[in-house]
Amino acid sequence: MINSNTFVHMFGWKRLAMTTLLAAAVVTGWQPLSAQQQPPIVEGEIRPGGGAAVRYAVPDFVAATPDLAETGRTLAQVLWNDLEFEREFYMIPRDTYSSIPRVAAGALPPFASWRELGADALVSGTVEKVGDLLRVDFRLYRVSDQQQVLAARYEVAARSPRVLAHRMSDEIFIKQRNLKGVARTKLAFISDRNREPLVGTVEKREVKELYISDYDGANEQRITVSRGLNLNPSWSPDANSIAYTAFGKSGPDIVVSRIYEGLLQRPAKGIGNNYLPSFSPDGTRVAFVSTRDGNMEIYVANVDGSNLRRLTNHPSYDLTPTWSPSGSQIAFTSDRSGSPQVYSINIDGLGLRLISQGEAEADRPTWSPAPFNEIAFTARRAGWYDVKIYDAAAGTSRWLTDNRSTGGSNESPAFSPTGRHLAFTSTRTGSMQIFVIGRDGRGERQITKTGNNQTPSWSPN
Amino acid sequence: MVAELTPELVGRGFHLRHRRRRTSQPRHEEFEHPEQRVNMYRRTLHTAIVIVLVVSAAACKPRQPKVNTTPDPGTTAPVATAREESKPLPPPPTPPPSIPVEDKPVVRPVEDAVASKSLDDLNRDSLLKPAFFPLNSHDLDDQGRLIVNANADVLKKYATWTITVEGHADERGTAEYNLALGEKRANAVKTYLVSLGVSPDRLKVISYGKEFPFDPGHDESAWAKNRRAHFVITAK
Repeated sequence: MINSNTFVHMFGWKRLAMTTLLAAAVVTGWQPLSAQQQPPIVEGEIRPGGGAAVRYAVPDFVAATPDLAETGRTLAQVLWNDLEFEREFYMIPRDTYSSIPRVAAGALPPFASWRELGADALVSGTVEKVGDLLRVDFRLYRVSDQQQVLAARYEVAARSPRVLAHRMSDEIFIKQRNLKGVARTKLAFISDRNREPLVGTVEKREVKELYISDYDGANEQRITVSRGLNLNPSWSPDANSIAYTAFGKSGPDIVVSRIYEGLLQRPAKGIGNNYLPSFSPDGTRVAFVSTRDGNMEIYVANVDGSNLRRLTNHPSYDLTPTWSPSGSQIAFTSDRSGSPQVYSINIDGLGLRLISQGEAEADRPTWSPAPFNEIAFTARRAGWYDVKIYDAAAGTSRWLTDNRSTGGSNESPAFSPTGRHLAFTSTRTGSMQIFVIGRDGRGERQITKTGNNQTPSWSPN
Repeated sequence: MVAELTPELVGRGFHLRHRRRRTSQPRHEEFEHPEQRVNMYRRTLHTAIVIVLVVSAAACKPRQPKVNTTPDPGTTAPVATAREESKPLPPPPTPPPSIPVEDKPVVRPVEDAVASKSLDDLNRDSLLKPAFFPLNSHDLDDQGRLIVNANADVLKKYATWTITVEGHADERGTAEYNLALGEKRANAVKTYLVSLGVSPDRLKVISYGKEFPFDPGHDESAWAKNRRAHFVITAK
């Protein structure tokens, strides 16, 4: 039987290769429905009917037993949210079709009603319990010709229907739009929510610990229990490790935590004060800020601390390194001009370039993943801060947020692994919270709500 | 450790794993990294040895040069050795008599009401006052220098104290750059203290950026209190 550990490892993480999934299909996996169970699957994209975008309907999944009604609702709602997130489809509001009868997956839906509603695509699903497992049959129909274009059966431990909905979303995006979904990615961030007093001080200070959550803010989980101050998380490319700044008895140091194993490494080896780590795109190295030679400079070392190299050498302060997708350049903040500005430099320490042109202040650059070649950073505007995106190919920048309308300050941007969204910290609600927004500035969502939450990092898968 | 986990986390697979590993580690450690633990015990060992040396040196003058019996920091001492704290320490080896005696001044603790307080009490009602900074600046102004002058006098009186100078910033800069500003403020104070004759060996700097405001308010009076260098006595 599947215990909770196996569940997290076998199912909750998409890094598991599909081949493994198929091998384990009997217990956990995705399996196409057999030919007898369904009409033949018609390959192909669902095209928009009347509107500019394909109109999707996701009614509640039909529960085989009354105790699964809530699960059926969660599956549909989370899937609807996931599909809405990428703004590839027009998602018909779910309350407008609650009166249309739902049918078990496999039975023919009342297509006339769905056509009347204007739906181009219909997700129809059933959820039932088989022993300790949740079995979900799901089908995607093209309403125009009543053809089924996608069908799958999942059998999983009953703990998290959300993860299953995320998987169906990823499946629809890759099949229908050839788009890698982010529904199973995670956010790492710093939170003061549990309000424990900080150890080792007589001051009234509360801990700030490292947390992770699903990309939509669900399943928040505390990672560190240091009862101290932790800052600036940065995911490793394989999403198994998080580097962060941990303030200990001997000062701030870089910790790389393999969060599923509980193993910690210290690439900066506690020499000097070390802050603001950033994982290299190949996962072997960490760039960070250190005062070991006097003032703040950028250093690069292997995760185990070997092969330490100093990248910058300037009497001013250099901080917040971020890697280009190829690992050949690093962008960072420096106040060498008199105010903090964003620069880039080649990994050999040559080729310094000013990125933030004409900004009063610019800080915390974050390089986008390929194929975009952009650098997001925080820039001063109207007395506070907003996120700005620099397009490296065009050499121009655009504002992503606008604190003049949102209020508060918007800062610390982090790209999603596909570059289509960014997470950032905003103080607009009166506390610090994580928001996500499309790279076009639309589709903004608040992710965290409890306590203060800051400096997000978006897991690469 | 269990009490630190919120109930909803207990039962989640990887937390259990995380926790299981942690519970095997000493509780007082803030960061449970084996290497750091070794270092900490090494320090404890070092301190213990130094105390033994001081006592024996005082007993038979003239003082002998300090013998470094601590393990080479470059080598990895087995954890088991470091853990055997409670075992009696080996007697310090007798140094060769031919080495010339170095006559370093002995720092003796002041014995008064202040000195007898615990570190926490010393920090709770500290003789070392915070120095405040102008907006976006790490330069000590006249008032700031007066405060640091007074702190320097305290540090000269209590010459065994070591301190950490914490640099803090108000909420109006970015979280990241405020870490730099905090470093600059703490370093400005350190530089000034050293110019007043306080040994840099007694001073450590750290930046907390804008993470720990002393006044949680969002107005100028709160911000003014939060742009500061805060002094923490770490040993006496």
